[in-house]
Amino acid sequence: MEKRGLAFYLLAAFFALFVVFLYGPTITIALLSFQGPRGNLTFPMRGLSLHWFENLFDEQMVGDFAGSFGRSITLALIVMLLTVAISLLAGLAFRRKFRGATVLFYLTVASLIIPSILISLGIGLLFAVMGLQPTWWGSALGAHLTWTLPFGVLIMFAVFNRFDRSLEEAARDLGASPFQTFRHVVLPLITPSLIGVGLFGFSLSYDEFARSSMTAGSDNTLPLEIYGMTTNVTTPVLYALGTMTTMFSLAVIFVCVTLVVVLRRK
Amino acid sequence: MSPSQNSDARRISLRAFAPHLLALPLWAVLGVFLAVPILMIVMVSFLDYDDAGLIYTFVLDNYRDQLGSAVLWRTYFHTIQFAVLVWALTLSIGFTVAYFLAFHVRTQLWQMVLFQLCAIPFLTSNIIRMISWIPTLGRNGLLNQALAASGVIDKPLEWLLFSDFAIVLAFVHLYTLFMVVPIFNTMMRIDRSLIEAARDAGAGFWDVLRNVIIPLSLPGIAIGTIFVVTLVMGDFVTVRMMGGGQSASVGLMMSNSIGLLQYPTAAAQAMVLLITVLLMVAAILRVVDIRKEL
Repeated sequence: MEKRGLAFYLLAAFFALFVVFLYGPTITIALLSFQGPRGNLTFPMRGLSLHWFENLFDEQMVGDFAGSFGRSITLALIVMLLTVAISLLAGLAFRRKFRGATVLFYLTVASLIIPSILISLGIGLLFAVMGLQPTWWGSALGAHLTWTLPFGVLIMFAVFNRFDRSLEEAARDLGASPFQTFRHVVLPLITPSLIGVGLFGFSLSYDEFARSSMTAGSDNTLPLEIYGMTTNVTTPVLYALGTMTTMFSLAVIFVCVTLVVVLRRK
Repeated sequence: MSPSQNSDARRISLRAFAPHLLALPLWAVLGVFLAVPILMIVMVSFLDYDDAGLIYTFVLDNYRDQLGSAVLWRTYFHTIQFAVLVWALTLSIGFTVAYFLAFHVRTQLWQMVLFQLCAIPFLTSNIIRMISWIPTLGRNGLLNQALAASGVIDKPLEWLLFSDFAIVLAFVHLYTLFMVVPIFNTMMRIDRSLIEAARDAGAGFWDVLRNVIIPLSLPGIAIGTIFVVTLVMGDFVTVRMMGGGQSASVGLMMSNSIGLLQYPTAAAQAMVLLITVLLMVAAILRVVDIRKEL
C-alpha cells in the first residue's frame, strides 16, 4: 500500500476539526445541563446535579413538556409508518412506466425544494378557508409528510434502480405468485432500506419546526414548545431539555442501525 | 370466452392498472398537502383584507405594495448575501470533507463509519443545535473567556451571538451535511482508473483535482447547492433565533406578516419567494445536468 502523504494528515486534521465543530456545541450543553442549582447558561460549572432534569417536569418552569413530548412521539410514529408504506408503494409503482409518472416525480422533487414556510402557510390558509381547525394529527401530519415523503421516495428510487431483477425472475420461474415473489424475495432484500426510510420519517417529523408552526393548532409539538421556551427561559433547564431530546434521537438512531446490522448478518 | 381466459384478461388489466394504484397514496398526500396549499397561496395573494378577515375580490395591491417597497429589496439583497456566503462556506467545507472520505479513507468500513458520523446530527433537532451555541458564543461564553484570558480583548465581544455572524455560523453548522452527502456520493462513483491514468500522464495533485475530480463531482455539487440555497432563502427560524431580532430575511418578513394576520401580504411575499427560488434552481440545472444522479 502507498505511504500516506502530507495531504492525508492535513485532510484528516481538517475532518477532525469538522467533527469537533459538528458535535462540540452539543457536548457543551450536555455538560452544562448537569449544572448545580445555582449554575447558569455558561461555564464555569457551579457544582454537579440533576436539578435541571428534575425541573423538566415542573409545569411552571417549562410549560407542557410531557404533553408535547407525547404528541411529538405519536406524530413521529404515524409519520414513520405512513412514510414507509407510501414510499414503498410509490417505489414499486415507479418500477414501471405509467401515465403521470413524470409529473408525480417532479411534484415529489418540488416538495423537497419548496421552502417549509410556504407549505406551512398554504396548509394553514387551506384549513382556514375551509373552516377546519388545524391539529397536530391532521394538518401538521400532512405538512410533515411533504418533507419526509420525498426523502423516502428518492431512497426507494435509488434502491429499485440498483435492484437485481433476475432474482425475481428466478422466483417466478420456480412458480411463485407475484405476491409470494414480493413477500419472500423482494421484501427481505429491501428491509434494511425500509428501516432507513422509517428512521428518516421518524426523526425529521420529531424535530420539525417550520412545517408545524402554522399547522399544529392549539396543542404544541415538542419543537414548538422548545422554541417558545427560548424566549422566556434563561436557566439550564433549556439545556436539560436539549440533552433529553438529543439523547432520545440518538437512541432511535442506535436502535435502527442495530436492526440493520443484525438483518445484514442473517 | 372460457373462464380461464376471462380471469387472464382481468389479471392483465389489473397489472396495467397496478402502478396507478400503487402511486395513488403519494398522489393523494402531495395533492392535498402540497399542490392545493400552493394554489391556495396563489389565490389568497390576489385577495384584499381588513381587520375582519379576507375580502373575496381580485386586487394586485399585495404585489404592488410589496414590489414598490425599498424594505423588500433590501431584505432580498440581505437574504441573497446570506445564501451566497453560506453556499461558499458549505461548499468548501463539504467538498473537502467528502474528498477526504472518498479518496483518503481506505477501507469501506471506516468510510461508512466516518460518513455516518457526519450524518447523525441531521437527525437531531435544529432548534437544539442552535441553542447549543449559547455557551460558546455568549457574552460570558467560552470564546470570550478564552480571548479575554489570552489578553486579545479586554471587554467581551458582543457580536458573537445574536448577529449576522451567528446566523451564518448556524447555517454552516446545520447545512454543510447537505453538501457532504451528494458530493460524497458522486465522488464514490468516479472511476479510480481515470485518476491513475491522469497521474501516469504526469498530472499533479491540482491538475487531477481541477480536470478530473471537480468536473465529475459537479452533479453532486449542484444537488448540494440546490439544498443549501433553497433552505437559506426560505429560512425564518435560524435568522430569528441567531439574529436575536437584529437581522432580517425574506422568510422572517413573511413570518412577521403571518403573525400580524396579514395573510394576503404573506401570500404575495410567498409567491415572490417561490418564483425567486425556482429561478435559482432552474439556473443551477442549466449549468449542471443532474439527471444521471437520479
